[in-house]
Amino acid sequence: MTATVFTQLEQSLLQSLQVPAPPDADEALPLSPERPVRSLGVQHGILVLELLPEALVRVARGLRDDFGFDLFLDVTAVDWPDRTPRFDVVYHFYSTTHHVRIRLKVRVHQAADATAPDVRPEVETLTGLYGSAGYMERECHDMYGIVFRGNADLRPILLYEGFVGHPLRKDYPKQQEQPLVPYRPPQSALVR
Amino acid sequence: MYGKQLPIVDVTRPAPAGASAGSATPGKHATFEYLTTRKDELVGWARKFSLFPYPFVTACCAMEFMAVSASNYDTDRFGAALPRFSPRQADLLMVVGTVTQKQAPILLKVYEQMCEPKWVMAFGVCATSGGFYQNYASLPGIDRIIPVDIYVPGCPPRPEMVIDGIMRLQEKIANGRHPIINDRF
Ligand code: SF4
Repeated sequence: MTATVFTQLEQSLLQSLQVPAPPDADEALPLSPERPVRSLGVQHGILVLELLPEALVRVARGLRDDFGFDLFLDVTAVDWPDRTPRFDVVYHFYSTTHHVRIRLKVRVHQAADATAPDVRPEVETLTGLYGSAGYMERECHDMYGIVFRGNADLRPILLYEGFVGHPLRKDYPKQQEQPLVPYRPPQSALVR
Repeated sequence: MYGKQLPIVDVTRPAPAGASAGSATPGKHATFEYLTTRKDELVGWARKFSLFPYPFVTACCAMEFMAVSASNYDTDRFGAALPRFSPRQADLLMVVGTVTQKQAPILLKVYEQMCEPKWVMAFGVCATSGGFYQNYASLPGIDRIIPVDIYVPGCPPRPEMVIDGIMRLQEKIANGRHPIINDRF
């Protein structure tokens, strides 16, 4: 049953969002803001839609208003250190009327350091659509350093002030600690 | 006899004639007439049965902490029944669960607020060494920031292990020195 829901959803999604179907593999059409869907399909029981970042807010608004995806579940990121663009930002939405989930993925750049040291991975915020996006974007900013353009409050939420780096990036050393309290020197168990 | 003042017996002098050892005259030499002990033993005995734990409970080990304080296992039998939720009233800090780097200043503050004498139990492998968390977030053992008296391993520890830990701590208190004035007080 879910599969039919997805098929219908897929069709009407493409029509209603007025985006053409994703290019076939042999059809080497470049993606553009008018043609933002990189791929569309069902993975692990979830409809997955890969987009250009320019279309993110538009598609998210369409999903919320026309398809009843009224619950914003999560935003997180995936770090592909050897790929350009380096990060996937992944969104999950849930529809409390249709009981289905959808996943949106956008690829964002980490610009090469030498050429553009100031460019950070940036993506548009969804706080205008979902109030809950504020906290989740803060967490994603903590962990991956994704900057959500338009989210005014990106203070650390799980980490603390003064933490250097973004611990879930692949290039963060696995065991690097940043203690807030200086450690005591190692002591024998017999000395208190 | 409790209202009456007991005669102080000077044990360094020989007993007065007529009151030879073993033939105490009733009335004059009653039971509990005198008690010889070391001050440290007496204080240790008193302290080991009046532990007031402060539960610094942060993670899944909390479930096991509840189990060990509930009636099946019952830390009350060891005099460690009543958790005090103010560190100033507690003398046993039980750190139960994972302590993160972000929480470390809070733990240190709680420890510093406790009055002497105080003891610390690291409950579970997370508090002992960080356990399997070796990353940016968690403190690799609370003994990096505060002294620990007793480590209880296990993820989470069985209630029997915790009780064993409490008993060993009591042993440590009973055999320890209890200076009235020390370098930290
Ligand atoms: S030792 Fe195990 S049960 Fe206890 S807090 Fe750590 S992970 Fe949880």
